[in-house]
Amino acid sequence: MADLHFTDAVATDGERVAIDLALGDNRATEAEGERVVRGGASRRRGLRHLLLPALHALQKESGWISPGGLNYVSEVLQVPPAESYGVASFYEMFRVDTEPGHDDDVVHVCIDPACRIDGADELIASLEAEGKHVHRSPCLGQCERPPAVFIQGRKAPDVVPADAEPFVLPQAGDGNLQLLKRLGVVDPTSLESYLEHGGYQALTRALEMGPEAVLEAITDAGLSGRGGAAFPTGIKWTAVREAEGADKHIVANCDESEPGTFKDRMVMEHDPFALVEAMTIAAVTTGASNGWIYIRGEYPQATGRLENAIAQARDAGLLGDDVAGSGQSFELEVRRGAGAYICGEETALFNSLEGFRGEPRNKPPFPTTNGLFDQPTVINNPETLLNIVPIVLEGAEAYRSRGTERSPGTRLFCVSGRVVTPGLYEHAFGATLGDVIAAAGGAEGDVQAVLLGGAAGSFVTADSMDLPLTLEATREAGTTLGSGVVMVFNASDDLVDVCQRIAEFFKNESCGQCVPCRVGAVRQHEMIVAIGSKPMPQDKRDLHEDMVKVMADASICGLGHTAASAIKSALALGLIGADQ
Amino acid sequence: MTTTTETAVTISVNGSDVSVAAGDTILDACTAAGVDTPTICYGPTLTPVNACRVCVVELEGSRTLVPSCSRPVEEGMVVQTETERVNHSRKMVLEFLGSGVDLSQAEEITGWMQQYGAQPERYDNPERMNEEVKIQDDLYVRDYDKCVLCYKCVEACGDDAQHTYAISVSGRGFGARIATEFDVSLPDSACVYCGNCVAVCPTNALQFKTEFDLRKMENWRPEDQSVTTTVCSYCGVGCNLELHTQDERIVKVTSPDDHSVTWGNLCIKGRFGWQYVHGDSDG
Repeated sequence: MADLHFTDAVATDGERVAIDLALGDNRATEAEGERVVRGGASRRRGLRHLLLPALHALQKESGWISPGGLNYVSEVLQVPPAESYGVASFYEMFRVDTEPGHDDDVVHVCIDPACRIDGADELIASLEAEGKHVHRSPCLGQCERPPAVFIQGRKAPDVVPADAEPFVLPQAGDGNLQLLKRLGVVDPTSLESYLEHGGYQALTRALEMGPEAVLEAITDAGLSGRGGAAFPTGIKWTAVREAEGADKHIVANCDESEPGTFKDRMVMEHDPFALVEAMTIAAVTTGASNGWIYIRGEYPQATGRLENAIAQARDAGLLGDDVAGSGQSFELEVRRGAGAYICGEETALFNSLEGFRGEPRNKPPFPTTNGLFDQPTVINNPETLLNIVPIVLEGAEAYRSRGTERSPGTRLFCVSGRVVTPGLYEHAFGATLGDVIAAAGGAEGDVQAVLLGGAAGSFVTADSMDLPLTLEATREAGTTLGSGVVMVFNASDDLVDVCQRIAEFFKNESCGQCVPCRVGAVRQHEMIVAIGSKPMPQDKRDLHEDMVKVMADASICGLGHTAASAIKSALALGLIGADQ
Repeated sequence: MTTTTETAVTISVNGSDVSVAAGDTILDACTAAGVDTPTICYGPTLTPVNACRVCVVELEGSRTLVPSCSRPVEEGMVVQTETERVNHSRKMVLEFLGSGVDLSQAEEITGWMQQYGAQPERYDNPERMNEEVKIQDDLYVRDYDKCVLCYKCVEACGDDAQHTYAISVSGRGFGARIATEFDVSLPDSACVYCGNCVAVCPTNALQFKTEFDLRKMENWRPEDQSVTTTVCSYCGVGCNLELHTQDERIVKVTSPDDHSVTWGNLCIKGRFGWQYVHGDSDG
């Protein structure tokens, strides 16, 4: 790498202090008296993953990514400033513009479906009337309590005002709960309390069983990924255990950003030790010694509780050089995203964590051999990881006693919209859509449609209440469980408006790397806005079908593959574009 | 650049077996089989980014189409390049690009658009790149209205050639643009004016100022130009230069992609330092 070139912009003292504090001793340059000495290429490469933490520190200090601050970050990490800018400008939470008020606190208000049918516009109008700097945000993962707000403070902690309210799990006390049984019961800030509620029994058991037996149990249990793609977990873990390479990684994909999804946040906030324990089991089973929790930047409470849980686990010898006396080492670190739906795509997440733009990589190669830092990596959704605990404790057979043959176990459902009690629910696979809605107190008003699986999922109508919410039944019905979203709309809701927003969401969240998604998402949005509540003529239907095909066939990643599916279903069901 | 090894790998392309070296890509195999494949973001001297998706092919056993430019061959792969799915995706990629980008100087791409039947006019009031030409010096201009975001200039400026890192992709989605930090002007940036970005640009979004000026005067006449290959006289490295001349004046300088010294790359002197040939004081 050549010497870096910098503009004349200089960081303020405050910016320097804040960035230094975030980086600690991790610098690619050393000051030797008057001289600045640069480290070698490997040191620079080795530190690039600190770009996001450094940019977070700068944003917090100055309220934006100032040119001087960016130069300083780039210099100490020896990242070319054009690349640092390319990274900073990728994320919603980093501001690079100079509009008036650009460096104030920012009040993010969610404008995605569950919030827009429940007061988002009114809240934004009143906040703006107060002179607040409001950012119209994609889903903030609080769909059970709309309209969602997240305040990004300048020189002050980020806050979710609703976190101050007491937590109540709708199914509290239900003896059938597997994954949620500790939520609202355990003290999420205390390892002692976690231990009192059965915590770390699974790790002890996993160490007794040995890795081969754990892998066999997970495979026999038929556990599949809960993030949306439903990949068999046993295959993934086995591949990483067998992969060559001394350095392996466990990554929890906590960048939950699918509109309508809030399950991971609730679990992380109210049972954080369970995620830490499950990741530790993954580590001792696959031989990984590095763990990363990549959590979306809009989840300050979950971030704090996880950091606390990690610190307590480390103090208790449950993390570190010798995990629970097993002789294996496992270090765990929390990394915050900065507002980008695409970073929930596993390879985009790796790029983001490594300090590059959150653009997905082409697969193959797959993460099991070439994941984070190009090393073998298990990357799982938190809900998937939580399932490891009952599988290890009770065995595959007992685990399979719940759910169906092809969808064993239980599933978390994020129920929002027009139901009496929105919230997080756990049901054995096989519960129907009607059962899930009934458990949430039933629908409010006549159901017009239900969005299943999130913005990347699809709409179904009231005709589908008997649909079992299993992987096989939803696939057969041409829909998806996705991330467990069940968002209910009644007859009073404007689905034209909702669909326009879904189209806008994908337009805004496409990373822009590949043509089918970058342009296709924009053309889809233009088309849906132009149609409004009018009937969709056949030539436009054909054109949309052409767009659906190229996005599903030729996009790099799942975002592009699914960016048209909700709109496609809305058109097919006549929710939008129907003849009058 | 392909990795050459002793091992040969045989795959099927449109029903015919073709053998290529292990490490080669499906695109290499298609070329070896005599199958033409459109490519935009691919360059023989660059690491594939597989962003444009115009080179996609159907691979048996794969749910989605795969980019041929970056997918290494594996023994026994069965590839189809002329199916309805492949033609549809290629057509749509070209159509999408044509609907938002000025491709008036991208003859190869507009040729493929005709071949695949792309109809960019199918879209009502499509959002376009909508960028002004950036003229910040006398050497080259950047007209991002013509940019298809193929990443080639970023790669040529960075790891694949120059290691200057003056530009990156910034922003996100349709708003993504090639930019310096905070979009500062090129003279204020790390740019060293090697022009290697200009050399790899597939749409003329990056072009010599000489070409830009001649086009403006409607006097850019490729049919009247000749190309003379010579060796750069500035230093002892021995870079091959291709001097493009029109009306007996140099209008552009390139270097062959397959030249073992340059691989298509030059420095500011070889690329832009020809004015002395004409005895001009101001170029």
